[in-house]
Amino acid sequence: MPNSGKTYLGVPVSRPRAAFFDFSSCEGCQLQILNNEATLLDFLSLVQVVNFREAMTEESDEYDIAFVEGSITRPDEVERLKAIRSRAKVLVALGSCACFGGVNQLKNRFRDLLWVNKTVYGDAAVETDFVRRLADVVAVDLMIYGCPVRKEEVEKVVTNVVIGKEISYPKYPVCMECKAGENICLFDLGEACLGPVTRAGCGAWCPGNRAGCWGCRGPADDANIEQMKRLMRERGIPEETILDRLECFGGFREVSETFRLEMTKGKP
Amino acid sequence: MLFRVIAREELKRLFGFLVSAHTVVGPVKAGRDRTGLPLYAFEEVERFEDLSLDYAMTKIPAKRFFLPYREDMAVFEMRKDDWEKKVDYNMGRPRIFFGMHPCDINALNRLDKVLMGETYPMPYYIAKRRNTVIIGIDCTPRPCCFCRSMGADTALHGFDMFLTDIGERYFAEILSDTAFTFLKKISATEPSGEDHVLYKKAAAARNERFVTHVDTTDLMKILDMEFQSDVWKQWGDKCLSCGACSNVCPTCYCYGVEETVDLKLTTARKTKMLYSCNVIDFAEVAGGHNFRPERHIRLKYRYYHKHRGFVEAYEESLCVGCGRCGESCLSGITVPEVIASIRGAL
Repeated sequence: MPNSGKTYLGVPVSRPRAAFFDFSSCEGCQLQILNNEATLLDFLSLVQVVNFREAMTEESDEYDIAFVEGSITRPDEVERLKAIRSRAKVLVALGSCACFGGVNQLKNRFRDLLWVNKTVYGDAAVETDFVRRLADVVAVDLMIYGCPVRKEEVEKVVTNVVIGKEISYPKYPVCMECKAGENICLFDLGEACLGPVTRAGCGAWCPGNRAGCWGCRGPADDANIEQMKRLMRERGIPEETILDRLECFGGFREVSETFRLEMTKGKP
Repeated sequence: MLFRVIAREELKRLFGFLVSAHTVVGPVKAGRDRTGLPLYAFEEVERFEDLSLDYAMTKIPAKRFFLPYREDMAVFEMRKDDWEKKVDYNMGRPRIFFGMHPCDINALNRLDKVLMGETYPMPYYIAKRRNTVIIGIDCTPRPCCFCRSMGADTALHGFDMFLTDIGERYFAEILSDTAFTFLKKISATEPSGEDHVLYKKAAAARNERFVTHVDTTDLMKILDMEFQSDVWKQWGDKCLSCGACSNVCPTCYCYGVEETVDLKLTTARKTKMLYSCNVIDFAEVAGGHNFRPERHIRLKYRYYHKHRGFVEAYEESLCVGCGRCGESCLSGITVPEVIASIRGAL
């Protein structure tokens, strides 16, 4: 890796070559990285960006860190992702689509993909398969959660990669950050919220703006989903609402699949 | 002890005098819940009209003004071959609390025992605590309040002045020369015999409103006996491990520390963040071992700290019975019910 000319505690640090790639996604996570102009130059002094379709025309196949946004829905995407994996020393799944399949994986609920294709695209059918997260196709070294990712978190991860510091994520749920933000609890307002079971790190972005959490960062460690379902039911929140939220980003896939089966049992 | 009576209009004048030169924090309406009831918060107040002195209880306690949820403990400036550590206790400007309930005053008194004690004094807390003037005010107990059981319904110290509403006037108890000096700015008179009667009536009326009680008889011993009880497991099954209870608790002071380096690699920070013993990695140590991976064990230790360990060390509970944790717990885990179940009364 090239040297950045920078030092940390007197020790020279390298400036890794970074590449950004997108698969099936809205590309909003990459946009987040470009959004924060105040720190963009500092970010670029830490890594040398060699591939970033949203930001530059140059391309290169030589990179150390690959930031990959999006989920995998087509055979050609599988090949492209494998090629990226073979070149990258570190592969980072960027955002909910890459980590869990994201909103795209909602179509996996329908077993008949032909029917999905016809219903959505009519006569102009497209090539599309079941949605997979990156880790279902290649080995993923790091995950940066969120829909979209939080720029501050990406910066923190990159800084820690460069200086060789351990990378960790909050293991606790969003409630910790929401309470610290002194927000009014969404349940006090009679609304649904997945904050008590969703991994924090977002700074309670949505609840802080009076919108209940949809679980984009996936489950917190030791998330008590059964109790979460129970307390939502006690508050008269329909099961469909709970399921909608658990299914939305794919982070809760295992529990939401079981939940759907339970709910649809005995129904045609 | 020095008593005075203050007319409502005079209290407003006192506020005006204080706010003209100081930062004043008091209870305000922060919103309404789904049933239309107001939700209160402690915030900086500039107009007397914005104060809700008859507030029920703030959702978030006064703790954050003394123990912020996040606080930099040190900032490190790194140069080429050297670095410098800068410590700021974040004392800020002097602050006046206008309208703090007895439970919250007692909560600070109990925090003082640990954070201003001889063993591990915490300068970040002490700086803010010493820089704060507290004007207490009586409350109307709500159904969830059990401060009486925790010996926290009356504040004996830890405030500068304490106000009790006796109708058209406030009965003021003065505990510091700071408060005495404040009162020179307004008209405050010696209470009459009639005022004493009104005060005692107000206190008696308040006492009648306590409906929730926690039996603390032999509680330390009972907690020791029931350490292995299955009851803890039942509560653990309900616990979301979300940490809401600790975050709204006026006396939970445990924290985690994180060190971060900025993008320029020239500044590093050591940041303290209030934590919760109910959160999964509270007892996780270097190397990854977790001493308390089970929910019910974590919940149990929170109760043991509040109602056993602290009692042993300081002869009173760390819980002041404000009821905030039970109100905030989405699973409805409340202190009175947990203690009753451990006693075998539920």
